[in-house]
Amino acid sequence: MIAPAAPAVLDRDGLNALVAALVAQGRTVIGPTVRDGAIVLAELTSADALPYGWGVELDAGRYRLVPRVDGAAFAHSAGPQSWKSYLHPSRERLWSADRTSEGDVSFTPDEPEVPSYAFLGVRPCDLRAIAIQDRVLTGGHYADDGYRRRRCKALLIAAECTEPGATCFCVSTGGGPAADPGYDLALTEIVDEDGHRFLVRVGSDEGAELLDGIPHRSADPATEETADAAVDAARDRMGRSLPPVDLRALMGASLDAERWDDVAARCLTCGNCTMVCPTCFCTTTEEVTDLTGDHTERWQRWDSCFDLDFSYLHGGPVRSSARSRYRQWLTHKLSTWHDQFGTSGCVGCGRCITWCPAGIDITEEVAALDAELADHAAYGTETD
Amino acid sequence: MTPKLAVFKLASCDGCQLTLLDCEDELLALAGEVEIAHFLEASSAVEPGPYDLSLVEGSVTTAEDAERVRAIRAASRHLVTIGACATAGGIQALRNFADVDEYRRVVYAHPEYVETLATSTPVSAHVDVDFELRGCPIDKRQLVEVITAFLAGRKPDIPDHSVCFECKRRGTVCVTVAHGTPCLGPVTHAGCGALCPAYHRGCFGCFGPSGSVNLPALIPLLRRDGLDEDDVERFLHTFNAAAFENFERELET
Repeated sequence: MIAPAAPAVLDRDGLNALVAALVAQGRTVIGPTVRDGAIVLAELTSADALPYGWGVELDAGRYRLVPRVDGAAFAHSAGPQSWKSYLHPSRERLWSADRTSEGDVSFTPDEPEVPSYAFLGVRPCDLRAIAIQDRVLTGGHYADDGYRRRRCKALLIAAECTEPGATCFCVSTGGGPAADPGYDLALTEIVDEDGHRFLVRVGSDEGAELLDGIPHRSADPATEETADAAVDAARDRMGRSLPPVDLRALMGASLDAERWDDVAARCLTCGNCTMVCPTCFCTTTEEVTDLTGDHTERWQRWDSCFDLDFSYLHGGPVRSSARSRYRQWLTHKLSTWHDQFGTSGCVGCGRCITWCPAGIDITEEVAALDAELADHAAYGTETD
Repeated sequence: MTPKLAVFKLASCDGCQLTLLDCEDELLALAGEVEIAHFLEASSAVEPGPYDLSLVEGSVTTAEDAERVRAIRAASRHLVTIGACATAGGIQALRNFADVDEYRRVVYAHPEYVETLATSTPVSAHVDVDFELRGCPIDKRQLVEVITAFLAGRKPDIPDHSVCFECKRRGTVCVTVAHGTPCLGPVTHAGCGALCPAYHRGCFGCFGPSGSVNLPALIPLLRRDGLDEDDVERFLHTFNAAAFENFERELET
């Protein structure tokens, strides 16, 4: 049962105490921090490492770190990685096998102790992305055991969005800047004349217990109103949007669209969009033998539908053109994902737009496909 | 029978062969699995062929080497070329776009002593090659993987995709998107582990073109990030000059 804990307020010392409490519990705390000219996700040993006073300026194919005068820690949008780097790591050993002296082969599954993660500052879009990966990787016939074990132990502390970026479009994917259930705690950062503070909502017993152990005060109505207003305002400040059409139907009707050639001319097929996408989950496996041939290991690693080998069947790749690979990615993400997993695969975080070196913009491509379909429909009507 | 391994060198700097000696941890295991029958950089003791696996470094720049590589092929069950010179002609393939006689006159006091071909070409332009391992120099892990795969009779796990895959897998922040640094990563073959971007530098394309290259999409980005037309040409004409040139030629037609 979830404790009916009332919202609370933490100040910066309270946030320090929160991180200290998580570290004291033996958790590996992952959160945003400034490194290599970006706000990346990394292990935090103290809340001091949070990107206080840093924001980002985003555009298609462009990311710049910019100072913020308000000193806010969470006033930035999605960075170069997502939480899948931790829950669904880029490379993981699945098992190893050894040839025994009798000539048999003995298999050893790899089940290392997984870290107890605490994710600090999970955006509402990323919270939805984690829920999507949960459906993909913990359900059905192809559950990923490593993911499941890491996910079960992970504690999620959301940070609601008050500062959407120019590449954000979560609202048009059915999401929004407020955190949906699924978090243990949800923070909303406020910096105003009453000080720098965080409204905390409790989403689980574990979250309630954690909050109990650190200095906090009950939320006053003014702080709650300010927090709600900031999140509401963020809803109207999305930098981009997908067209308000049935995307599933649009993609299904666009298989032969000319737009795919247009985007293929700009697409580097470098795979960046899939690697930064918080829901893209595809992996391949590699067998690693040693020189003696007596020991072998199977490793799972991130794969991408932009890799020619991804669709390699006997004799060659099925999707050899950039056109077919981009179409596969976008059609799966927005349309056939529904058939497979019951939802869209896009949460509108904008990473694929920001981190595409060529600046290909998923919202622009979908709008163009929609316009092309409308043109064809109009043309069809005229000639009937 | 212990398989016989041979290492040969054509026009090159020796760096790729050195990668084999650099396999410190694996070298003893390797010596236990193969007979190192011909490897002049390591030993002057030479066993005659045939060889089960020959690693060939360097490009073909003389008529003599063109002859020699045919003899190496004839003496080798498997022939694997290693490095940018052997797989693409290397830096010395810059001659392919210039007049070698002019170079010869400028560089050498006695140009008549120098016998050389007008082009620097990969080994695969002369004989059949079983596998091409890219890099300038090659990557140690990948070399061990290729040798291991040949010993086991399986296909080497050497992905053909871009360096971007490796940057993202190791969690490197994109130097183009976040810093505006020109980078050949999106068109360059993976294999180095995305070394340069991890040190805030753009990819130099040491591993040559990936399996899926779109230069018309990349060149405007290089120009945007501060390279002029000549810079772009120089950037593409470094370690794998001739390999990227093939894509540039497609651009012109």
